[in-house]
Amino acid sequence: MDPRTESIVWIENLSKIFRVGFWGRQMTAVDSLSLDVRQGEVFGFLGPNGAGKTTTIKILMGLIYPTSGQARLFGRGVGDPVAKAKLGFLPESPYFYDYLTSREFLGFYGHLFGLQGKVLNTRIDALLELVGMTHARDLQLRKFSKGMLQRVGIAQALINDPELVVLDEPMSGLDPVGRKEVRDLILRLKESGKTILFSSHILHDAELLCDRVAMILKGRLVASGHVSELIDQGTTHSVELVIDHLSPDGLEHLRPLMEKVVVQGDRLLAVLRHPGDVGAALEIIRAAKATLISLTPHKSSLEDLFIRMVKGQQVDGGPRP
Amino acid sequence: MKVLSIALNTFRENLRDKLLYNLLIFALLMIGSSLLLMRLTLGEFHRLILDIGLGSINFFGVLIAIFVGIGLVSKEIEKKTIYTIISKPVARYQFLLGKYLGLSLTLLINTTIMAVGLLAVLYFQDVPIQIVLFEALGTIFLELMVVTAVALLFSTFTSATLSAIFTLAIFVIGHLTADLKMFGQKMEGVGRGILDGIYYFLPNLERFNLKGHVTHRLDVAGNDLVLIVAYGAVYITLLLLLASLIFQRRDFR
Ligand SMILES: Nc1ncnc2c1ncn2[C@@H]1O[C@H](COP(=O)(O)OP(=O)(O)OP(=O)(O)O)[C@@H](O)[C@H]1O
Ligand SMILES: [Mg+2]
Repeated sequence: MDPRTESIVWIENLSKIFRVGFWGRQMTAVDSLSLDVRQGEVFGFLGPNGAGKTTTIKILMGLIYPTSGQARLFGRGVGDPVAKAKLGFLPESPYFYDYLTSREFLGFYGHLFGLQGKVLNTRIDALLELVGMTHARDLQLRKFSKGMLQRVGIAQALINDPELVVLDEPMSGLDPVGRKEVRDLILRLKESGKTILFSSHILHDAELLCDRVAMILKGRLVASGHVSELIDQGTTHSVELVIDHLSPDGLEHLRPLMEKVVVQGDRLLAVLRHPGDVGAALEIIRAAKATLISLTPHKSSLEDLFIRMVKGQQVDGGPRP
Repeated sequence: MKVLSIALNTFRENLRDKLLYNLLIFALLMIGSSLLLMRLTLGEFHRLILDIGLGSINFFGVLIAIFVGIGLVSKEIEKKTIYTIISKPVARYQFLLGKYLGLSLTLLINTTIMAVGLLAVLYFQDVPIQIVLFEALGTIFLELMVVTAVALLFSTFTSATLSAIFTLAIFVIGHLTADLKMFGQKMEGVGRGILDGIYYFLPNLERFNLKGHVTHRLDVAGNDLVLIVAYGAVYITLLLLLASLIFQRRDFR
């Protein structure tokens, strides 16, 4: 298989340099980024604020041109009408024609795909139902709340029954119920065979939804792969202990095993350096006749990985390959 | 089809714009005000009504063309509404063309309403209505389409405010190009070159002005009309082509 033509989204060595300010100071938003999204997967595009997610997505949507590198959709150049016909896009904070009602709004986008008449009306009703906006079908968008805009925005992205759905922060602005609904929607889209690329800060959502993720920092790829792989290779699971009445002597024995020790009066909070040392630690506690209050193994999450990556970046001043 | 949808959506946007109605009401008041004029000697009175009427239609038409026209594209970029359009199978030039045709439709309807107002005034004041009046209205509309194309061109690469200023400047200079040329002929060297350049490069909007013919009841030769229309059409085409070229290359950020 040639990933260049068979991937749904294919990006190689993509860079975007913005010129900002009066003097045209250069500012690298995306830096030699390579990744691919394959048929039928849910792909999470993660990174802190200003990492370059939106910029990358805008290049894919043909809204801005890359400074160098290549991007392809469905094996075709970005901007190819055949590729665009199979694409659905929800922009970052949805801005739409606010003088239109939901139905006029979706109708307009339907026309752009050549949809008309009964087919279009049926599609519009189904989509409004899908995003829970049937009640606001004849309301002008200017009267919508942020979450309601997000919902019709998602409906708009699905008007052409696209094969690839690109969502830039689809959960932002939604309440917990709305977020759950979007998660369910993404899973339903995946079930019906669609490919989904979405960006998010909410790593919990990404962890629940994604087959694969890419994490970027300052425009560069710092990690990518299956979620489970990333978590496993990322952090070893940590174990946290809470102990009461530990003698100073016991503490001295325990300390070398611990990554972190916090003493609060008679109580002690400790995190094991290696999870394998649980047995040894318990032995010391028993010998010192202290009381073990709790022992909590922590599963590492994407969030830990993310935070470590961001911190690593700040300390090293540069990303690691 | 896509161009048409965008045009109709633009038209709908214009219809829901209050500015449009305000300008239209002002224009109608202006035209209607000539009903209150004192009767002067007959010939002058007719001339005055026609002058005020055509002048108002021209003036308010241009205001609408500029102030609605500048927002056409720059507002879509500023408000980011363009993101969802360009990511659909719509080429950038199709978007521009749709926007242009949409506003042209708005202008056509506005001009028609103002023209009907003028015709009513003329009818009540017993001013004879001649063919050349309709020709003058037609060329006013053509001028509006040229001005709209200028506004569209600017709004593909500058902000709405700057587009308004530039378009207004072009409109004013466009009515003075003949004077500039005459002025230039009295100069030498660089000054003359610059003024000649302006004359050939900027639109000569005076060509669309047939008000003198109407007030003096002169006919316009068929050939001249064809030339005027051809001039307008070529100029609009060139402006739209240039706008598309610029628009195709720019980033929406
Ligand atoms: N139009 C622009 N002009 C100049 N710089 C820009 C522009 N858009 C983005 N940038 C810069 O590019 C970098 C990446 O921005 P981008 O919007 O892609 O980040 P992001 O990952 O989407 O962030 P967020 O999570 O906050 O949405 C930022 O440093 C930003 O300042
Ligand atoms: Mg973003």
